[in-house]
Amino acid sequence: MNTILKIIKYELRDVIRSKWILIYFAFLFLITEGMFQFSGSSSKVLLSMINIVLILIPIITISYGIIYMYSSREFTEMLLAQPIKRKTLYTGLYSGLALPLSLAYLGGVGIPFIIHGVDESGQFTVLLILLMSGVALSFVFTSLAVLISLSSDDKVKGLGIGIFVWLFMAVVYDGALLFGSYLLSEYPLEKPMLGMTMLNPIDLARVLLMLKFDMSALMGYTGAVFKKFFGSPYGMLLSSGMLMLWIIVPYLIGKRIFVRKDF
Amino acid sequence: MKSEYKILILAFLLATITLLQTSLSARDIIVDKNGNVNSIKKGLRLCQIGDRLIVKKGYYKERDIEINKSVQIIGEDFPVVDAQFKSGLFHIRADGVRIEGLVIKNSAMSFVSEYAGIKIDSAKNCIIKGNKILYNYFGIYIAFGADCIIDSNTIVGRTSKSETTSGNGVHLWYSKNITIINNKISKQRDGIYLEFSENSTIENNISEDNLRYGLHFMFSHRCVYKRNIFRRNVGGVAVMYTKFIHMYNNKFENNWGPASYGLLLKDINDSEIKFNLFHENSTGIYLENSMRVKLEKNNFIDNGWALKIRSNSMDNDFTDNNFIDNTFDVSTGSKHNFNTFRKNYWSKYSGYDLNHDGYGDVPYKPVGLFSAIVENNSPAMILLRSLFIQILEVAEKVVPAITPVKLEDVQPLMRRVK
Repeated sequence: MNTILKIIKYELRDVIRSKWILIYFAFLFLITEGMFQFSGSSSKVLLSMINIVLILIPIITISYGIIYMYSSREFTEMLLAQPIKRKTLYTGLYSGLALPLSLAYLGGVGIPFIIHGVDESGQFTVLLILLMSGVALSFVFTSLAVLISLSSDDKVKGLGIGIFVWLFMAVVYDGALLFGSYLLSEYPLEKPMLGMTMLNPIDLARVLLMLKFDMSALMGYTGAVFKKFFGSPYGMLLSSGMLMLWIIVPYLIGKRIFVRKDF
Repeated sequence: MKSEYKILILAFLLATITLLQTSLSARDIIVDKNGNVNSIKKGLRLCQIGDRLIVKKGYYKERDIEINKSVQIIGEDFPVVDAQFKSGLFHIRADGVRIEGLVIKNSAMSFVSEYAGIKIDSAKNCIIKGNKILYNYFGIYIAFGADCIIDSNTIVGRTSKSETTSGNGVHLWYSKNITIINNKISKQRDGIYLEFSENSTIENNISEDNLRYGLHFMFSHRCVYKRNIFRRNVGGVAVMYTKFIHMYNNKFENNWGPASYGLLLKDINDSEIKFNLFHENSTGIYLENSMRVKLEKNNFIDNGWALKIRSNSMDNDFTDNNFIDNTFDVSTGSKHNFNTFRKNYWSKYSGYDLNHDGYGDVPYKPVGLFSAIVENNSPAMILLRSLFIQILEVAEKVVPAITPVKLEDVQPLMRRVK
């Protein structure tokens, strides 16, 4: 445990020293603060932040994670020569990456909301879901970044796979979903669509946020089905469980590769 | 014999004179729980035409109060009249009746009779003013009435959960020239309901939290609706099969739900809808089979859909409206367009105005791709705000393929209409 903390501490220092994480923080902070200045109402800021969370966090996290993993490769190899368990080192590396990214996000988005507050108490839960799903997405895409960078030794190839994974989840997947819903439009598709969105972390976070914004009213019958599902404790449990799976499964696969890898 | 006749004639004359006097000069009859006349029914039996019945503060357990002559019933300090859910309360069958300042409550629910707080049946010139009409099946029910005024009443229904076990706040049936003004209606089935009722004015009322519609009318031509507020009604406002309506300065707010509408127009022709505010409704206005409706200077703000127009609606004219921050501006099931959009302000418009005449140089197409997709394929709504959809929207704007090409505002305003 102590060793993990030491590695995390070193990594944190390293990540902060590289300044990218600070730029990320400043960027999120300025966007959120700027929106508060321009629109004035916290409900609008929250709505706009959905786009930031759903589009920017995944792409920034995955590309930064992959680049960082490759550039700290030599340091990792040096540590491997020390009497440290590989599992410990892996946990340290992973947390040292995921924690600063999450903290930068929490700070960048959270601080303006602390400064300005929310208009209604009902928006507080929305903000909470926004922050939580952002953190969850940060963890999911860090897991994926670590996994990708470990499974390929070629830096360019790794980055390419990373961007493709993001593109697939953010764009291609939804396109396929739309196409499928047209092909099978004679069938009641609410539940299959629900199942399909559960499989994609970005979609899952998006639907959770949409429902918290009470967009379900716009969705008519479909929305009623979704709301019933996600509103129930079972649905909440299942969807947060799915997000956890998206964090844990790539993390464990990455660990397996890391432990067995011949550096 | 002769003198006896004289006395008889004299007595008869005296009697007619006194009778005439009483009917000409209105008397005040006091109803008091502790007095001689301790019920409204007793008081009404003593009343002549034109009398005033003053009801003192108290609790009167009375029901089925028939009013067959033109009298005024005035409450002092809001006496309570309670039907204890057994039947209806006041039943007016005479012209010129006035009821003021009473608390009228607890009429029974029935699937056979329309038990109401106040029921006006085939009467004219009645005034219902400043009453608190609480927890009734129907609040005020007017059938075959004319020239009546319903003013400053508070009408609250019982907190029934289903539409069938609740009546309407103000219910008009085959009535004419009714003025409904300054009332506050909530928790009924429909706040205000009109059927076959013409030339009426509905002004400055607040109708909220009703189980179905805030306002609902059918076949009620030439009515005017001004400065009313309709909010948080389960179904919003629905109006049907009517011509020549004028709706000005109303507010339609927070009618939010899968089957809620700010304003649902079905078979509404030759009408004017101006200066209204539609704020936070899941659908601002839904038009079905409606023709020649003029919509001017309305504000559509923060709605799910500002407008949903079925393709059987034609020749409607949208001018000088503000469309601000709606999830979808316009949605229609058709690829064609038979309505005109001119000089509206659209907050989503991203065009430019080179010659500074206040109108954008590029037409605005208010039907987005996604709203067209969702129209035909409702489960696709789950992709709302997906990056993929946003990319498609941009592509569609450049080369329209799915959205109706002709549905556009050729002169979109650069600044919002004041």
